[in-house]
Amino acid sequence: MLLQVKNLRSAYGALEVVRGVSLHVSRGEIVGLLGANGAGKTSLLRSLVGLLPPRHGEILMDGRSTLGQPPWRSISNATVLVPEGKMIFADLTVRENLLIGGYHNPDRLLQLDIVLDRFPRLRERARQLGGTLSGGEQQLLALGRALMGRPRLLLLDEPSLGLAPLMVLEVFAEIRKLRELGVTVLLVEQNVTATLQIADRAYVMETGEIILEGDAAELLHNPEVKRAYLGSTGREALL
Amino acid sequence: MRFLQCNTPFATFAVLAVVTQLVLRAAGMEYCLTQLTMALYYALVVLGLCLVTGHAGQVSLGHAAFFAIGGYTSAFLTTHDFGPLPEPAWATGLKQARVLIEHSDLYGGTALSVSPWAAVVVALLLTFVVAHLIGYPALRLKGHYLAMATLGFGLIVSKIVVGTAQLGASDGITGVPEWPLGFGLTVSGRRTLRVENYYIACGLLLLTLVLLRNLIRSRVGRALQAIHDRETAANAMGINTAAYKLGAFVLSALLAALAGVFFTHYTGSISPSEAGALKSVRYLALAAAGGMASLWGVTAMSVILNYLSLRGFFGSYDNAVFGAILILIISLAPEGPLKPLGQWLRHGLNRNHHPRDETTGAPPGASDGAPRIH
Repeated sequence: MLLQVKNLRSAYGALEVVRGVSLHVSRGEIVGLLGANGAGKTSLLRSLVGLLPPRHGEILMDGRSTLGQPPWRSISNATVLVPEGKMIFADLTVRENLLIGGYHNPDRLLQLDIVLDRFPRLRERARQLGGTLSGGEQQLLALGRALMGRPRLLLLDEPSLGLAPLMVLEVFAEIRKLRELGVTVLLVEQNVTATLQIADRAYVMETGEIILEGDAAELLHNPEVKRAYLGSTGREALL
Repeated sequence: MRFLQCNTPFATFAVLAVVTQLVLRAAGMEYCLTQLTMALYYALVVLGLCLVTGHAGQVSLGHAAFFAIGGYTSAFLTTHDFGPLPEPAWATGLKQARVLIEHSDLYGGTALSVSPWAAVVVALLLTFVVAHLIGYPALRLKGHYLAMATLGFGLIVSKIVVGTAQLGASDGITGVPEWPLGFGLTVSGRRTLRVENYYIACGLLLLTLVLLRNLIRSRVGRALQAIHDRETAANAMGINTAAYKLGAFVLSALLAALAGVFFTHYTGSISPSEAGALKSVRYLALAAAGGMASLWGVTAMSVILNYLSLRGFFGSYDNAVFGAILILIISLAPEGPLKPLGQWLRHGLNRNHHPRDETTGAPPGASDGAPRIH
């Protein structure tokens, strides 16, 4: 078991947004985390790396607790978060963006070459400013940047956000290929179909809790998933 | 070749410094070197701001206070009469180590004061501690807390300086001794040493530029730029953002204090106006005028504008001019006037050869607003 989360609770002030979540991710898996807007998916990821310090519960990485560590330490457990909205450094070049990702990696120049081989589009644009890339290229850059730290666990927050449908396919193909590198992925998404097509297993979140879990293939045909994705208000609106 | 390319700006600076001196001598205007030397010291403060604001993205409105802490500490320790001392071993030891030196005071008697070198060390240590006290709480938070903390800090320091009799109250401290640096160099306002002191200031500025250039180009510089751009993402990349911001702030405070020390020994005095909040605003305006992140732009603008100000070009509108500069820069050319000017010139030259370079056409972050498809 690479990551094990037990009964995790996090809150912004008095508002509890993660309400006792338990989940696990095994080595080499791609695990989806689905749910509508405001279900608490992003907050859960932020809690996992310490950006939103949890109030209660346990986070075990390789059996060791990572609770209470500052966010910049999470990388030493080989856990890298690719934040929502890509968070590219717009004023740095593509190359510099990647080097920042390898900040703690002493072999960052070697790794840079490996990553640029993997994403030829980024090599073409290595000297261009991050902010001048298209949305899809920025997502690839965010992915490449995360790989610079040689993570074992990658936490991806809505990589399909704001991308054109063709670009979504390309990004998801890249995520699927991460398996070859031995990278384990926890993928937070609203794009249910695309996620369940590349994931092994998935969890469905609603109002801060996990309401469903199972094999991806099985969930793909589960009517509950659609309901959770649209949210209960969605169903009421339909009735 | 690459070495030459990297160091052209430094060589240009050195050549320009020498040419300026020779031209002024030929024109019989060597007296201008005095204000130029002072402007060079002020440029050190602005370069510190360039690191904190331009690279780490934190605004400081208290750099005049650090300049004053450096200057006043040094001035006080080297002019105050600590004698006659009791004669236990430590006092004689301090005298023998030449930390304390005897000199004649204004009335011809002997006074016992701290030597300039020891005073500099104390001034820098004090700045180091104070900068940590201000920066540590303010920089753990995201946002412009540093600007508020340093603004309050600057006002406090300027009130302390005016209100303390030992620091000369509103007169400041005069009669600060010259500072023998060693190697036959002396920081002093004596007319015969005017040229020598001009080159001391040039050398110090050049040294600072080399240091900052190397820092900015290193892994540290990239980390600072990442913090400037997107702090959360930098944190997620494993960068200890709070520690970096604090480090940059403390380093720039030390630069300001060092400038204050040199300035005070050079002019032989320091006055409360150096600690004023308007001075801090002026430093920020100069950094903005130079393009914030550009070492060379910041150096050029602060030397030129400070020189003009010291020669009295702006008359009694001095502070107003710098306020106006800040407003104009922020509203018209947030990246400073030099960069757009350079682009405009290059554009004009290249118009016949290339179509517009499309990679630099879009403003940074323009694609953030890409349409969202769901």
